[in-house]
Parts: sequence; structure tokens; C-alpha cells
Amino acid sequence: MTKQYEFSSKGLSYLLVMPQMVIVFIFFFWPAAQAIWQSLFIQDPFGLSMIFVGLENYGKLFGDPAYLDSLVRSFLFAGFVAFTALTIALFLAVQTNKKIKGTTFYKTMLTWPYAVATFVAGILWLFMFNPTVGIVAYFLKHNFGVEWNHLLKANQAFLLVTLAASWKQISYNFVFFLAGLQNVPVTLVEAASIDGAGPSRRFWSIVFPLLSPTSFYLLVMNLVYAFFETFPIIHQVTWGGPGQATSILVYKVYKDGVINLDLGSSAAQSVVLMVLVIGLTVLQFRFIERKVTY
Amino acid sequence: MKKIAMAFIALAIIAGSAFAEPVTIEFWHAMGGKNGEITAKICENFNASQSDYKVTPVFKGSYPDTMNAGIAAFRAGSPPAILQVYEVGTATMMAAKGAIKPVYKLMAENKEKFDPKAYIPTITGYYSTAKGEMLSMPFNSSTAVYYYSKDAFRKAGLDPEKPPKTWPETFEVAKKLKAAGYEYGFTTNWISWIQLENFSAWHNAPLGTKANGFNGLDTKLVFNSPLQLKHFTNIYNLSKEKVFVYGGRENKANSLFTSGQVPMHFESIGGYGAMKATCKFDFGVAQLPYYPEVKGAPQNSIIGGASLWVMGRKSPAEYKVVAKFFSFLSLPETQAFWHQQTGYLPITKAAYELTKSQGYYKDNPGPEVAIQQLLNKPPTENTLGLRFGFMPQIRTIVDEQWESILDDKVSVKEGLDNMVRLGNEKLREFERANK
Repeated sequence: MTKQYEFSSKGLSYLLVMPQMVIVFIFFFWPAAQAIWQSLFIQDPFGLSMIFVGLENYGKLFGDPAYLDSLVRSFLFAGFVAFTALTIALFLAVQTNKKIKGTTFYKTMLTWPYAVATFVAGILWLFMFNPTVGIVAYFLKHNFGVEWNHLLKANQAFLLVTLAASWKQISYNFVFFLAGLQNVPVTLVEAASIDGAGPSRRFWSIVFPLLSPTSFYLLVMNLVYAFFETFPIIHQVTWGGPGQATSILVYKVYKDGVINLDLGSSAAQSVVLMVLVIGLTVLQFRFIERKVTY
Repeated sequence: MKKIAMAFIALAIIAGSAFAEPVTIEFWHAMGGKNGEITAKICENFNASQSDYKVTPVFKGSYPDTMNAGIAAFRAGSPPAILQVYEVGTATMMAAKGAIKPVYKLMAENKEKFDPKAYIPTITGYYSTAKGEMLSMPFNSSTAVYYYSKDAFRKAGLDPEKPPKTWPETFEVAKKLKAAGYEYGFTTNWISWIQLENFSAWHNAPLGTKANGFNGLDTKLVFNSPLQLKHFTNIYNLSKEKVFVYGGRENKANSLFTSGQVPMHFESIGGYGAMKATCKFDFGVAQLPYYPEVKGAPQNSIIGGASLWVMGRKSPAEYKVVAKFFSFLSLPETQAFWHQQTGYLPITKAAYELTKSQGYYKDNPGPEVAIQQLLNKPPTENTLGLRFGFMPQIRTIVDEQWESILDDKVSVKEGLDNMVRLGNEKLREFERANK
């Protein structure tokens, strides 16, 4: 299906890729290597004394019940965010793909949230749900009798950050799903319809499998997003609290490194996080990609 | 002839620039908004007062961001001459012996007049060694007080000029305010700094051994004693009765007070300027309450805020500028200006006297309440302040356990014990990394 273009000279291809590789090296590989290096030491913030401790920082992490809690919590969080963002986006994409009035309007409106920076999204949700002055909190109290206070109630805080994180990602998923849907040959769907398949059957047996490359890609991207790019939301809205209810791994890395200046532990945590997400992505490619029909 | 003329001109230019160019240093700080403008003004005044030295203020963001920027710059080999570090970073800065230049040494080496006794002891003591040698220069110091709405007091039939002095009275007043129609009676900022650290000092109760860490890295936390347990239990009970409301960490609870919803609020005097600007109702400032049955209470409160550290590995010329700038900062006029514009406290007694003589406290009694609280009694070894390593993290631990207590995930006693246990783990780590 895809044509392969061959470059006449290998040198040219390396040259063209090099600027990007330089950036990847400087901003990704080098800091990652430094993190691995720093995770093997206990040091004071100024770097005046560095004590080599081998894997002790890692040992301390896995012996710390709070860290293990954070690990489980981050997986739950990533799972919920990915699931919420993907299902809602898929539903919206399917609805917008129909031939109804105003599809352009819907498509534009649904894509806009992606342009909102993550920390701005966090602030928006913070204001809406502020226990004292937020309109949603007010609405919940006076219309449903629900006492909203995410500063105190751990479950509410977790729900809030999940919603805020999913909201942004829905737009991103929506755009890709829409494009994927439009690549589904209409003839197939019509043929199924003639054969008597209802809308649900048509969707799950024909459209969904054909969407699988898009879905797989989005699954990987959503999980990576939930592990890393949700940091601004946690930082703005709940600061890891109440207690440690929303303290996910990436937030802990920041807290220990930047606020507490415990560089060894923070470096070890970021290495663990990196290995975790790489491992997760590898697993996905190994097991789920088999089911993807290209 | 032309060649000689050219040579003369060249020489004159070089000589001229050598004389005219002031030695410049950078001052990295975390003062944003109005406080940042006042900081810049003070540097401007210093620069304008003479032509040999120049201080360039640079705003670096929040306290953690500024501290990190300074550390990164040091590791890269080019730190600023002056770095503003918040009070909980003191232990880290003090332990970094090669990275900083103690202020008392700097002033002595540059022959600047420097009398530690001219400074308010609770302020400078925080940043000095046990022998009284000042290591960093206090810049913006605050202490904890409480703000109360005089309009709310009138509504509840209470005397607005007689705010409660003891904790039992405060709880009663809070209940009366709730009965008068307010949704909650009181709230607080900074659970750790105000309701634990300042609370303990005000009652002359230790937070940790070795004079709260001043005398050694092998200090241990001890604040899970009956006094703090009683206080936290009281607040927890009032939270259940909806007389106390938790507003979030750090200073997130401010909007509860400024919006008029909660009429009593524990906060820093450093927020006084902001309160004046945002509160649309009549409010007053009062000293922290105390439990009358505790012997020795009230003692004195401790400071918050930040101080200026002089970074190491700079040239003698740059140190001269720093010394001159610090002398300028300590002048009563500079201090009075800073104090009156920002709400932060003056660091010298002379500045306090000058402000008094200018009649500032007649219209603004709040800041004077705070100063008198600091000067209430000469500090004991429990009330000089605190010097714990990884203090930012210990404060977070206190926040987290406190939230778990309020959410009924742990009992008050368990929560306090957890704070001490987890905090001690951090102290041992710090001790190990800095031996």
C-alpha cells in the first residue's frame, strides 16, 4: 500500500536526519544518561559531595510503601485517563462523521481544547470545581446536595484530575479517530447494511477493526500522555494531595528533585518511570499490535 | 603628531571607562508582583546613590525555582553574587560550605560596619550560627498572625477591638460567628508553619532536639507531644462540626477570607499588603492565640520569608559590592520603606523606631502587632526558629498527614506520629548526605 522511496546516496539521508538526531541526543539521551548516573549517588544539591551508593536509591524506593502506592496509583490514573479519553473521543468522532447539519462546527469546537495548554486546562478545572467559589461545586451542592471538596476528599480529587486530564486528550484522539473513520471505505459499510447488519454490528465488526491502527497508536500516545504530560494538571490542581491521593510518579520526581533537592532519589525515580513507560510501550507493540489489521 | 594624539585619545578612553564603569553584580530573587517592584526600586536607589557599584535584580520565579536556578548556576560555575533563598532552604544552604560566603565574614573582610545587636534577635537568630555569627542577610521576614473581619464581629455582637487572645476564646468566637450566619468560623494557611512551627514556639515547646536542629545534624523531631496532639485534635473536632474549614496548602485559603466567607484567618503578616488591597470589609490583625494553661506561653513567634545568601567563588571586587549593598539595605530608611510598602517586617530596631516615629502604625496597627509578637520575650533555644534538612519535604509530609487526618484516613495521634516518623527519616538522610 505504501510506496518506498529510495535515496540514491546514503550520505544524504544521514545528513537530513542528523539535525533531529542531534536534538534527540542533546535533549533526550544525554539527560537520560545523566539521570542514570546521578541515581547511583547520594549528593548534596550543590554537587560538593557525591557519595557512590550503587543501587541503594532504587532499593529505598521499592522499600517505601508510599512509592509503591504511587506506582499503582499512576497505573490506575493512566488507565482511567486513556479509557475515558479514547471512548468519549471515539463516540464523538462516530457521531460527527454522520451526514448531519453542522458537522464542520462540531469538528472545530471539538478540536479546540487541544490548543489549550495543559496547565491552563488545569486552572480552568480548578476554578470550576473550587470548593468555595467554583460554579460546578456550587451547582452540585445546591442541585444535588453533593458536598464537593477535592481538597479534603481523596476520591473527588482523583476524579477531578482524571476528568481534567482526559478533557484535553479527547480532542487529540477525536482528530485522529475522525481521520481514521474517513478512511473506512463506505462501500464496505453499505454492503453490510444491505446484508442486514444493524448500526451496532456494522460498527463493531467492520469499522472498529479497520480503525485499529489508529486506535493502537492513540492507546500508546494516551498512556504516555497520562504518565508524563499530566504533570501540570497535578501541579496546578491538587499538588499531589489530599494526603497522597493524586501523587503520581512524574509529580513525585518533580517534588523530590526540584522542591526537596534530593537529587539521587529523584533521578532514580525518573529512571524507573522511563523504564516503566518504555516497557509498557514495548509490551503494547508485542502483544496488541498483532491484533491490529493494517 | 597625529599618532601621539590618537594614543592620548585611546588612553583617555580606556582610563575613562576604567573609572566610569561600575562593578556590577546580580541579585536573583523570587519577589513577584508588588514586592518585586519594591525590590527593583531599592536596587535602583542603591545604584543611584553612588557610581562605583551596581546591583541588577533578576526575578527567577517561585522560591524553589529561584533556589534551583542558583544551584544550577553554581554547578555551571557562574552563580549570582546574591541569591534569595526561602527560610526552609536554610539548612541546605548552611551545609553547603564551599558554595556560600557567610555574611559576617564578608562584612568583616570588607570593613563594613556591622553590629549584630542592631538587628531584631528573632529575625537574625534564624540565620546565624549558635555563636551568633550571621550566615545570611535577612531580607523579607514575616511571622504568623490572624486576620479577622471587624464587620463580622459586629454582626455577631462581638467587640471588634477585642479579638480573642487564647485558643479556647478563639474557638468560642468561631462558634459564635458561625451562629451569626457565616458558613464557617475560621480557616488557616500554612498548616505546618502556623499551626505547628509557630504554635510550638509561641508555647515554648520544642519541635526537635538540639535546639530545633541549630546545634547538630543529628536532631530528632519531637513535636508529637500532648500539646500539639491537643491542638490538632481540637481543630479536627471543629472541622467535623464545620466551624473550621480547610482551604488547601500554602496560602490557598486566602480567598476564603478575602471573599468575606470565613471571618477569621491565620496567615502571614507578609500578606498584609494584599489583604489591604483585596478585602472590601473592615479587618483587623491580632496576635496568635495561646493555651493559658501552658507554662511560659506566650513566648515569641518565629519568622518565615527568605534571606539573602552570598554565593562562593566570586571575586573580591564583587564581594565589595555585596557588602556595600548589604549596608545600604540595613539603613533605617531603606528598611522602613521596604516594611511599609510590602508588609514584611523591618530587620533592625532602628527601622522599627523610625516607622513608629513616622506615625505609620496609627493607620496600620497590623504590622506592629506582628513585630511585638516577635519581640514578646527573648528567644529560648526552642524559639530561635528551626534548622531541619529537607524541610520543604517535611512540610509536605505535615500537609499530607494533616489532610489524611481531616479525611478520616488516620487518627489525629497516628497522623502526628507519622509526621514525626517520616520527618525523622528525611533528617537522617540529610545528615548522611551532608556529614
